[in-house]
Amino acid sequence: MAQVTLRKVVKKYDEVLAVRGIDLDIVDKEFIVLVGPSGCGKSTTLRMIAGLEEISDGDIAIGGDVVNDVPPKDRDIAMVFQNYALYPHMNVYENMSFGLKLKRTPKDEIERRVKQAAQILDITELLDRKPKQLSGGQRQRVAMGRAIVRDPKVFLFDEPLSNLDAKLRVQMRTEIKKVHQKVRTTTVYVTHDQVEAMTLADRVVVMNAGLIEQVGSPNDLYHSPATKFVAGFIGSPAMNFIACRVEQAAGALRLRLSDTLSFPVPADRTARYTPHVGKPNLLLGLRPEHIIETRPHIEPNQHDFEILIDVVEPMGMETLVYFTIEGTEVCGRVNPNAGATAEKPMKLRADLSNMHLIDDSTGKVL
Amino acid sequence: MTTTMATSEATPRKAKVGSLERQRRWALGGSYAALSVFVVIFLVPPFYMIMTSLKSSAEISAQQGSPWVVQNPTLDNFIYLATNAQFQRYFLNSVWVTGLVVILSMTIAILAAFSLSRMGFKGSQVISTGVFLTYLVPPSLLFIPLFQIVGALGLINNTWVLVLLFPTLAVPFCTWLMIGYFSSIPKELDEAALIDGANYLQILLKVFIPVAMPGIIAATIFAFTVGWGAFLYPLAYLYSADQAVLTVGIVRELIRGDVFAWGTIMAACVMAAAPPILIYTFLMDYYVAGLTAGATKG
Repeated sequence: MAQVTLRKVVKKYDEVLAVRGIDLDIVDKEFIVLVGPSGCGKSTTLRMIAGLEEISDGDIAIGGDVVNDVPPKDRDIAMVFQNYALYPHMNVYENMSFGLKLKRTPKDEIERRVKQAAQILDITELLDRKPKQLSGGQRQRVAMGRAIVRDPKVFLFDEPLSNLDAKLRVQMRTEIKKVHQKVRTTTVYVTHDQVEAMTLADRVVVMNAGLIEQVGSPNDLYHSPATKFVAGFIGSPAMNFIACRVEQAAGALRLRLSDTLSFPVPADRTARYTPHVGKPNLLLGLRPEHIIETRPHIEPNQHDFEILIDVVEPMGMETLVYFTIEGTEVCGRVNPNAGATAEKPMKLRADLSNMHLIDDSTGKVL
Repeated sequence: MTTTMATSEATPRKAKVGSLERQRRWALGGSYAALSVFVVIFLVPPFYMIMTSLKSSAEISAQQGSPWVVQNPTLDNFIYLATNAQFQRYFLNSVWVTGLVVILSMTIAILAAFSLSRMGFKGSQVISTGVFLTYLVPPSLLFIPLFQIVGALGLINNTWVLVLLFPTLAVPFCTWLMIGYFSSIPKELDEAALIDGANYLQILLKVFIPVAMPGIIAATIFAFTVGWGAFLYPLAYLYSADQAVLTVGIVRELIRGDVFAWGTIMAACVMAAAPPILIYTFLMDYYVAGLTAGATKG
């Protein structure tokens, strides 16, 4: 059993608050990804769990025991670093067995565990190589092997794929997921890449400015973001935010984007949005995939409108179209055969069943 | 019209490539010339030393023949020194003094550099700078106040005084050198070791020292040179023959009044210069071997 619990954890560097009191419960065997822009406190949080940074306030518990003052080696954790941090003078076998040797594990036990980990990671034939004879991906595997052989309570990954090229990163991402499915150890993984976060995590923790914005499964975060930050951070291309007003006309609510453009509010949201009629600083949040080309068959809450396209970006399987509403650039994803042309008007369809109404002054999704 | 334009455009480009090549040739020629001067200046004195050490006194004082060539090479000078009890004593004194100085200096320097570059305690920056500043004080200014201290300790004319004093010259520079080397080791490496369960001493012994071996060798060579080649301190603090070391001993033993035994002096210099060169060669080989070990296997 190795759940990890953070209670009101604070990290202060002199007068700068890097982490401003976060609470997090990580259950046993869970794969948690901390994601956020640089400087949001995600790496600091991971390093506090590892014991490499002292915590300024609050409690961290691993497997039920508070470890605030426990040194890293006694926390029963293993960590994989961004730059691998392999010992350059040791070969792969020695790198992987270093921790076990320090713990005075019997030799045959060390050999058994190293061989087993090497098999999981498919690096058996690399065991007597030095780190500098390995490619980036192989080094990353060895770093993971060094973590696995110690059979720790918790794996900590600090942006492990950032140093790899794009193709290898996708490959290693799958690899990490496979390893977790085989080894099933509680894992905390830090990344700034939201795709990595979405694909790997059981639950994603989105952090911003030293605080947790939202915790949830990848699908939760994608479909029901709690704040404008999460809505904009998760998903690529990012969600469109368009200034809007909620108007009441003839007993129905309308969402007005400009003098000429307005949509009826979906019926199931009328009650929710009624208190916001006439309020300033409201944003309509709509993902690019919910702005599509017109089709013969129309679903409820879908509305066609015609607009002048500024830029067209063909991606192969889809085409991104950019247009402007009241000075805000908006992105839509249309079928490559829909005939989108730059600087020509086009009929598009907005699907409001997946819309979000955001209060821009608080950043909360309403 | 078009043809003329094309030619006028092509010609300058061609000229540019040519001038680059010419510049490169000039630069190469200049480098060779400068390096040749350098080599001559540095290698002529040792060459002259070796030549003279192989001559008999009669040949040295003879007026005819080039002084750069040996007519009748002889090892008499070397044999004389090797069998001379006094010279053996100087040599042995130099060996054990230098050995202890190297061990002492490197132990202090490595421990100091590790704590200063990695433990990150309050004031470590100031101390690092201070360590380097002490190296900037010339030993030739220090030896007078040091004489008082050495006198108070009752160590005048005792070879052990060198074991005490030489580290004060070697430690600051070695520490500074090692701080530089240790700082170049990524922080994640000690963090990985820390998580792997190593304590600070184990991190130093099992990670830092092996990884910083090139730097340690450089510092060792420096400490060795300080201990082996110093002249001023042994001259100032040691006066009896049985306590002296090689550098001072050669001058004391082989220059009697205004009589210079040139052949023996030069032979003694060759023998005194040999250990640093041998040690340097050995350590360089080891260093290079360490760097390339396993590199060719895969």
